[in-house]
Amino acid sequence: MRIGFLSDIHGNREALDACLAHGARTGIDRWVFLGDLVGYGADPQYVVDCVVRHMETGALALLGNHDQAVVDGLAEGMNEYARAAIEWTARQLDPAAAALIRSLPMSILEDDRLYVHSEAHSPKSWNYVTEILGAERSMNATEARVTLCGHVHRPQLYYMSRTKPPGYFLPQAGTGIPLIGRRKWLAVLGSVGQPRDRNPAAAYAILDTDRNEIAYQRTPYNVEKAAAKIHAAGLPQMLAARLFIGR
Amino acid sequence: MPHNAMAPGSVIDGFVIGEKIHTGGMATLWRVTRADIDQPIVMKVPTILEGDDPTVIVGFEMEMMILPRLVGKHVPKFYAMGDFASQPYLVMEYIQGYSLFTLIEKAPMPAANVARIGAKVARALVDLHRQNVLHLDIKPSNIMIRDNGSAALIDFGLSRHLFLPDLLEEEFRVPMGTGPYIAPEQVMKNRSEPRSDIYSLGVLLYYLATNVRPFGLPQAQSQLKKRLWRDPVPPRKIIPDLPPWLQEAILRCLEVDPADRYETAARLAFDLSHTDQIKLTARAQKTKRDSLPVSWKRWFKSIGEDGGPIQPVRQSNLAPIIMAAVDFTEGQEALAEELLVNVRRVLATMPGVRIACVNVLKLNRLTITYTLDDEGRSVHVQRLVELRDWARPLELGQERITFHVLEHMDPAEALIEFASSNHVDQVLIGARASSSFRRFLGSVSSQVVARAACTVTVVRAPRALADVEAEEEKMIDKDCA
Repeated sequence: MRIGFLSDIHGNREALDACLAHGARTGIDRWVFLGDLVGYGADPQYVVDCVVRHMETGALALLGNHDQAVVDGLAEGMNEYARAAIEWTARQLDPAAAALIRSLPMSILEDDRLYVHSEAHSPKSWNYVTEILGAERSMNATEARVTLCGHVHRPQLYYMSRTKPPGYFLPQAGTGIPLIGRRKWLAVLGSVGQPRDRNPAAAYAILDTDRNEIAYQRTPYNVEKAAAKIHAAGLPQMLAARLFIGR
Repeated sequence: MPHNAMAPGSVIDGFVIGEKIHTGGMATLWRVTRADIDQPIVMKVPTILEGDDPTVIVGFEMEMMILPRLVGKHVPKFYAMGDFASQPYLVMEYIQGYSLFTLIEKAPMPAANVARIGAKVARALVDLHRQNVLHLDIKPSNIMIRDNGSAALIDFGLSRHLFLPDLLEEEFRVPMGTGPYIAPEQVMKNRSEPRSDIYSLGVLLYYLATNVRPFGLPQAQSQLKKRLWRDPVPPRKIIPDLPPWLQEAILRCLEVDPADRYETAARLAFDLSHTDQIKLTARAQKTKRDSLPVSWKRWFKSIGEDGGPIQPVRQSNLAPIIMAAVDFTEGQEALAEELLVNVRRVLATMPGVRIACVNVLKLNRLTITYTLDDEGRSVHVQRLVELRDWARPLELGQERITFHVLEHMDPAEALIEFASSNHVDQVLIGARASSSFRRFLGSVSSQVVARAACTVTVVRAPRALADVEAEEEKMIDKDCA
């Protein structure tokens, strides 16, 4: 089975559509949305509707910290731009979309895989995995052989054997990486709707369970259009500007 | 692990186990068969000792990651693998031929043979490096010469795929390789340098040419480090009649700094296939090792090296080989001139480029081997002189440009063959003005465009617009007739 993983869409319709189309061309049996469907971008209602449609045909979706903040009205610890976007987004969503978001789980265990937005050790703390120690804590917290998460907006891959500290790898887009046994793997995905690794192209990943391979993917999308909508919505300028440079 | 139960006649995932053909420290090899595979195949099974020796396991895991991704005649064809959860194994092609290991007893070998073997192995490295894999354990026992003469590399247990995680780098704190052959940067734990394979091949060629290992058989870590500062005895000191070009090639492979070695395996293969064109430097004439003060200086420098994190680089196209196919036919002077203009443009944009100037001397069926003109002069030599004269305005040193006159009945075939066997990255070729004759028969340049594996740039001489229009009109008339 080929599973497409989309994380941190953040209300970016153009980026989401580009990833779904890119994935469809290579053949995807099922989509998994790893959280942060909304916040930042100008099309939150569209993105939630799209996720709901996919869930009707078997897709899975998780809760992210921005999703939670939108429905609970809590944006503590977020910077002013994120807070402004949360408040704006809360006003855009219809009640059905808000109810859907409230129903999303924090994590899902499927076969030997764990799906979670931030990391496995303490999902509700919304910790960022940016280095080996954080990755090790997450991998030690789960029995799952493969964990897939997002939240950081930068693609990373960690792996750990029973005896040694984890290794880190910066994945190349499009190359299938075998997730060989005897190890735990933590795949941190890049962001669909707001990449921050200096590459503006939308990021997602495809896991092929038969081949036991993960392939990180990049696909360019119409940044100008997504940015113009952010601008027109009266959201902070900075949220539009960063899309062009991927930061 | 249950593999100790392996014995002839037992069956694993449909593979019937045959004779055990090799027992090594890391793995055993068994002949196997399966009904749907009619090629000879072998199963490689890791030797797992009590206590799970991590070197064996991780090395085998690396091979499981890399071998299925490799293609081509320079590696064994992959068929199947089994996971560590049940029985780890790799099934691959059984390579028919001989191991380079069996050649060692023939050392010291004649220079021409050493060059021929070196070129074969370098070609295999070109193919491997193009697939983003570094072998990192090049030594005689890991090289097979197939019955058809090409080299195949085996055992990818220490290899590195530049786009896959390097499990070995994370697992071990000691350098990995084989003592006599390991490159200095590998000693410093850099596993991302394609030129490490060129170094190890240099050690192998030194050994074949002299019957002496340039760095002996080091046993301890400290002995491995010695190669960072102490240069080997020049091969000509051991074999006085060893030709300077071979010493040049070997010592260039063995430079401590990868930047001083051949830029790519393709460049090494090129030199070893055209030994008369190897540019000789001070390396070629050395008869003794560097003085102790020079070595000490290198030693002081080497203790500062810590082998910190290194980012892998894609380097194949930093040092391309460009072939210029020059035509000296009467009346095509403007075209040859335009080709030169294009070569200049390439030189301006790619400082590391190397130019191979090629001209084809067309033979007809009756000519045997040598071609003399009416006055008995060698046409071949004359063409070579013309090639050099054509390239003279480029003012390139011998290390940047080479000259080749190919004798062949089919010029297109000759050019395509040369481009392929010399791993040319781009061909620059002139095309004469179009004519209906060539439209039907196909010009040399159009055949090269259609069949060469690399980029081909077709150059045309600038023509006056009136000429072009006249030509077109003629063709329209013909088509209407």
